[in-house]
Amino acid sequence: MTTLLKVEKITKKFGDFYANDQISFEVNKSEVLAILGENGAGKTTLMNILFGHYTPDAGTVNFEGHAIEFGNTNNAIKLGIGMVHQHFTLAENLTVLENIIIGRQSIFSLSLPKRQARVKILELSKKFGLPIDPDELVANLSVSEKQRIEILKTLFLDCKLLILDEPTAALTPQETDALFSTIRNMIETGLSVILISHKLNEILAVSDRIIVLRNGSSVGEIDTHAADREKIAEMIVGKKIDYPQKKKIPRKSKVFSLVDVSYNKTDAPKLSKVNLDLYSGQILGIAGVAGNGQTTLAKILSGHFKPTQGKIVFNKAKRVHTSPKSFMDLGVAYIPEDRNSDGIVGDMEIWENAIMTEMDDSYLRNSLGIINKKASFGRSENLCETYDVRMQSIRQRSRLLSGGNVQKLLLGRWLMRKPKIIIACQPTRGLDEGAIASIQNLLLKAQQNGSAIILISEDLDELLTMSDDISVMYKGMLSDPIETSSTDKLSIGLRMAGDGFL
Amino acid sequence: MIKFRLEERAKSPYWLIILSPFIAILVAIILAGILIVLAGANPFESYYQLIIGAFGSKNSFAETLARATPIILTGLAASIAFRAKFWNIGAEGQLYFGALATTLFGTGLVVLPSILMIPFLFIMGALAGGLLLLPLVLLKLYYKVDEVVTTLLLNFVVVLLVSYLLEGPWKDPMSLGWPQGKSVIDDGALPQILSKTRLHLGFIISIFFAFSVWFILSKTVIGYRIKSVGLNAAAASHAGVPIFKTVLIVALLSGGMAGMAGVTETAGLKGYLTLDLSPGFGYAGIAVAMLANLNPIGVIFSGVFLASIYVGADAMSRAMNVPTYLADVIVALTVLCILLSLVFVHYKILFFGVKKND
Repeated sequence: MTTLLKVEKITKKFGDFYANDQISFEVNKSEVLAILGENGAGKTTLMNILFGHYTPDAGTVNFEGHAIEFGNTNNAIKLGIGMVHQHFTLAENLTVLENIIIGRQSIFSLSLPKRQARVKILELSKKFGLPIDPDELVANLSVSEKQRIEILKTLFLDCKLLILDEPTAALTPQETDALFSTIRNMIETGLSVILISHKLNEILAVSDRIIVLRNGSSVGEIDTHAADREKIAEMIVGKKIDYPQKKKIPRKSKVFSLVDVSYNKTDAPKLSKVNLDLYSGQILGIAGVAGNGQTTLAKILSGHFKPTQGKIVFNKAKRVHTSPKSFMDLGVAYIPEDRNSDGIVGDMEIWENAIMTEMDDSYLRNSLGIINKKASFGRSENLCETYDVRMQSIRQRSRLLSGGNVQKLLLGRWLMRKPKIIIACQPTRGLDEGAIASIQNLLLKAQQNGSAIILISEDLDELLTMSDDISVMYKGMLSDPIETSSTDKLSIGLRMAGDGFL
Repeated sequence: MIKFRLEERAKSPYWLIILSPFIAILVAIILAGILIVLAGANPFESYYQLIIGAFGSKNSFAETLARATPIILTGLAASIAFRAKFWNIGAEGQLYFGALATTLFGTGLVVLPSILMIPFLFIMGALAGGLLLLPLVLLKLYYKVDEVVTTLLLNFVVVLLVSYLLEGPWKDPMSLGWPQGKSVIDDGALPQILSKTRLHLGFIISIFFAFSVWFILSKTVIGYRIKSVGLNAAAASHAGVPIFKTVLIVALLSGGMAGMAGVTETAGLKGYLTLDLSPGFGYAGIAVAMLANLNPIGVIFSGVFLASIYVGADAMSRAMNVPTYLADVIVALTVLCILLSLVFVHYKILFFGVKKND
């Protein structure tokens, strides 16, 4: 086996924080190396160093015997390193072909050499099993198609080492399988791949070797065929994971019902005649393929949208004004799907985010509306401690928190209010094993304390372990709830595809 | 060829944050100096004349501060609005609306003792400025009409309205045919605060409002909400921050500040409404707010700085025979340099090959 990439003692500091601490590893030719680690373990920093986005403070990287010039992306590309970022970097208003060849031309050239490019792209597309239409506008493509374009972009530049950063984060299971067979194709033609992920099952399925990072250091290296799932999970987290244990509690009073709720506006997927009852101490799971109206339902349940027809009946409340604030006051907590854009104000400090829902609390402000900073700091410290939000200081900007800690902060903020109803949308999406377990445990604890929870998730395993009952959404319709104990993945999967809906 | 790239700083050093506007101003002055040379004058002497013209005597210093008064208020108007990402470009129109209110209420319709009359005029001016913005902010909130367009275009409408009133119904018959409004009554006029100069109470009032705005923005719930709406309105709304109410308050505060700039000019500097009451103070406020990085206390300093350039440039142009438009060039260059300096505050520049790791 020949060594393609040799990384030696890479160290990168941000302030006093070691994002990477003396990391060394090698990548061989025709090999898939998986780099595993929690959010914030240093995976992305390391890849950004390889690809020339960051300059490390110490260490060397050799590629085919040449030292990489740090901080120079063009040099990395020229050597044959390609990277597909978690968030795509495509121009939506250009065609596939233009996106692939753009950026490689001098800005002064007046035309693009499209003809040769087209031939090469179609060749690559066929060779690696990445079907595309070169003349389609990128804006019209799905997430997995866009990812194909990103991969083709690197192949077009003759890359020898492809770095994939969380490539399956937004893919369906079928799309993930297709991606993995593409990866296998690449390996057979002599390419090497570095795969960054926190999804253990996928890593075990596709990689040859695994490196685990934790807190910026490399904590172990294993051949995949000798790896054991639970052992790796513990290596990643650094301690035994406390997997959630579901306990059923007797349901008491009804907290709210939806009666024939429909939503018929153009700004979101439609809902048609949704009926739903929720009881305190119940976790109702809502399954469904993304885009079938789950988000609309969540927005109605949290007071962001007003149903065009039908009504929401809260226990005891007479008339309900549609606004997030008045729903909050009725005891609704809403965990939005996209925690970074709808959950947290990244450029505000942690304490400012921690008290955002509490601005009516006379303990935190006086009657003139002046904020009591000392009380607010105390409350925020308390929140971070209670819900294990790991940070350096509550005066730190929130955007520097990892995804798991952001979610713990958001969930903790709601749990401090002792909500009657929790609307949780994809609460664990994109989180690592440790954080997923903490979030799920927090939700289960809230249920034990009597909260009614609606759990909207695309992760069937999560729904099956967490929910008491499961309903399925399909084209804006919601099925009657089925008890979780009397159903399984297969039958929910069939319903998600429309089986049993009119 | 030197190659370089930018890398985001995890934390910007404080000395750099404080020093960067001064460096930016210095760079702007050097660049404008090149133009002065092209205009055939000695730049050092020209800048000397500019500084003397702005600060050299009691009278010139007072003139600079008097000029700074409306600019500080419009600068505050822009600071508040821009913090909430509400792009109010209409301070010019709101200023004139404040001036119209001063003329309507201050020229005899309401007569109160001075101690009440002056606050009354400021309240009316603030209300007028705020009310002008009200329909625009409602259009934005209900129908997502872009406020940049509406606020900017309304400026021209308001100026034409002022022109109509001054040429017609509101024209002072005693003005010998000049299009100007009636004089503000004595009890409404802002008193001089430095004898034999044009510096009036309005300057103190504008400083007072700068501190008030600073207090509101940094210490109160409403300021905190304004910040959260500006930085991430979606997340703020999910956490129960009332977006509608917050943006409405922002608009009223912003329009109110600009409206009061109209009061200081009508009741303070001139004593009556004219068509050339504001040589673009509303737009200067945007530059002032940018220079101050939207900090209300910083607006005092950047307002005085801008005023000194304008006042000093008049003196420079007389003494050195260079065009007075150089003032606009210096201001524009300063704003550009400040914006550029923010890049250096937030990013490090890395030169290729300078730092070898071996």
